[in-house]
Amino acid sequence: MTQEEYLELYYQMVIIRLVEESAAQLYQQGKIGGFLHLYIGQEAVSTGLISARKPQDRVITAYRDHGVAINVGIPAKLVLAELLGKASGVSKGKGGSMHMADVTKNFWGGHAIVGAHLPIAAGLALGDQYQDHQAVTICMFGDGATNIGYFHEALNLSKVWNLPVLWVCENNQYGMGTAVERASAVSEIRQKALGYNMPNSRVDGMDVLAVRQAAQEVLEQIRSGSGPYLMEIVTYRYRGHSMGDPERYRKQEEVKRWEENDPIGIYRKYLISNQIFEESQLDELDQKAESEVKEAVRFAEESPEPPAEALFADIYAEEEGLLHG
Amino acid sequence: MARITVREAISQALWEEMERDESVFILGEEVGVWGGTYAVTKGFYDHFGAKRVKDTPISEAAIVGAAIGAALTGLRPVAELMTINFAFSAMDHIVNEAAKLHYMFGGQFILPLVIRTVGGGGRQLGATHSQTPDAIFAHFPGLKVVAPGTAADAKGLLKSAIRSNDPILFIEHATLYQSRGEVPEEDYLTPIGKSKIQRPGKDVTIVTYSKMLEISMKAADQLSQEGIEAEIVDLRTLRPLDMQPVIESFKKTNRAVIVEEGWRSYGVGAEVAARIYEEAFDYVDAPIQRVAQKEVPLPYNRTLEQMALPQVEDVIRAVKEVL
Repeated sequence: MTQEEYLELYYQMVIIRLVEESAAQLYQQGKIGGFLHLYIGQEAVSTGLISARKPQDRVITAYRDHGVAINVGIPAKLVLAELLGKASGVSKGKGGSMHMADVTKNFWGGHAIVGAHLPIAAGLALGDQYQDHQAVTICMFGDGATNIGYFHEALNLSKVWNLPVLWVCENNQYGMGTAVERASAVSEIRQKALGYNMPNSRVDGMDVLAVRQAAQEVLEQIRSGSGPYLMEIVTYRYRGHSMGDPERYRKQEEVKRWEENDPIGIYRKYLISNQIFEESQLDELDQKAESEVKEAVRFAEESPEPPAEALFADIYAEEEGLLHG
Repeated sequence: MARITVREAISQALWEEMERDESVFILGEEVGVWGGTYAVTKGFYDHFGAKRVKDTPISEAAIVGAAIGAALTGLRPVAELMTINFAFSAMDHIVNEAAKLHYMFGGQFILPLVIRTVGGGGRQLGATHSQTPDAIFAHFPGLKVVAPGTAADAKGLLKSAIRSNDPILFIEHATLYQSRGEVPEEDYLTPIGKSKIQRPGKDVTIVTYSKMLEISMKAADQLSQEGIEAEIVDLRTLRPLDMQPVIESFKKTNRAVIVEEGWRSYGVGAEVAARIYEEAFDYVDAPIQRVAQKEVPLPYNRTLEQMALPQVEDVIRAVKEVL
């Protein structure tokens, strides 16, 4: 890895953390509506994963999508503008927290019905297979999504058709407030791949380099035609399922234990102890990230609301203005 | 003009579009080796091959979901759901994904997607396999719902649907496949979102679509023998709904009967009647009548099933009611 690559991973994780902390504040100030699902604690998962992709590789995820949006290269200010429902937001203020996408960055959303994007991911991969693109679709979802039928239909289809998909289960140990072992017949999610004769592995999701390395290897395998693969990445969310979660389902000691394992902290220590960077260099980077996010919040707050015409725009790709159905 | 069946018309539309455009492909249960459960894709597998005629597992959510994903990559999938009754297993992908993605992501996602399916009763298939839930799907902005009643429209509308960049639910009728009609020999397209006068008349306006067009035509022929000339407006597309020919006809006749195969409550007839009242209230000479399926799960027994489905006599009775 080059110095720049090491640095980029660190910077992206810090930006995600700061964007999410700002989002929490903006939510508490009443400036963000609806639901807000924060990615704090899980930064190493998408950062490591997406750093391993090639530009032609597609990314699709669930509703906890702000971190993924940053990792695919959407500027923090466009993520925050979307959270504030502004016209400058990445989905023009019409998607909100759970529905961010940027097709120019090969990021296909942001899908809020649990598990429903898995069949769509199979279709993205089918499109690439059909058109002979050398691309892999990276499909991320939570542990909760593995209990719904869509997961099983999609995994089965992907295996039957040998589709180039990397299925990534972000096991953050809770589907909303229900612990994995209370909801899933197997608590190691990767075991679910066995029923589909699909290769699989379990990766430490608090270690960004471990995730990156695992993803690089598997992506190349899939690209060479080996078919779909299920990777379970074990992680933990430090905040509630969404803002306003009373968190009656877990003890604060448990959260503390995981916080000691903070993915940014671990990586920072690694960079310093292996003399890749000095502490002062990382401090400087932290400051740079802070001012970028501060500026992003300012941009979002000052951005205009969508105009009234936006209400009826983009219902269909053809025949604009079919107002009355 | 050639006189062909609706089945042949649909088959020709698919064949011609697949010949014309490499990005068009079919996926669904039994569409390939079997040749389609209604034999619409017979011969396609041998001609176009397994890549373009894809047999799927029995996984409706995966069929529609995968079609959505493939459409996003620029392909033009034609997904087949064996019957509309199985569309409920893919409901989420039809109404929560296909109908919403373009709008929700600010116009970034383009979905050139057709979902072909088959509805309707009258074949003694029992309550779970005989439904006409078209109105449910027409409820959702973002989705287009097309339901042709003639061979010519079936072909022209399906070709338009395949070339369209919007998600379209294309509803065929199980008992219309054998029905014959004149179809132009040359390549042609029928515009989506346009209703059509299928029979001119001056005394009463019958608004209908799909299989009920056939029933309404028969009723109109009988009424004609009694000196009553019904004008029949075929909606052809349920969303977006083209009310202009309906309103124009109504302003002429001042009387309307709406005939649909689905249940009356919250149905197509309710929608069309409400819009006539909203847009042409001053022209109303009699309360608008609705002919629809009796409000029961469709029974297996042939006599009971036919009692529940709208018949020619029901249309005639309703017309006489408004005159």
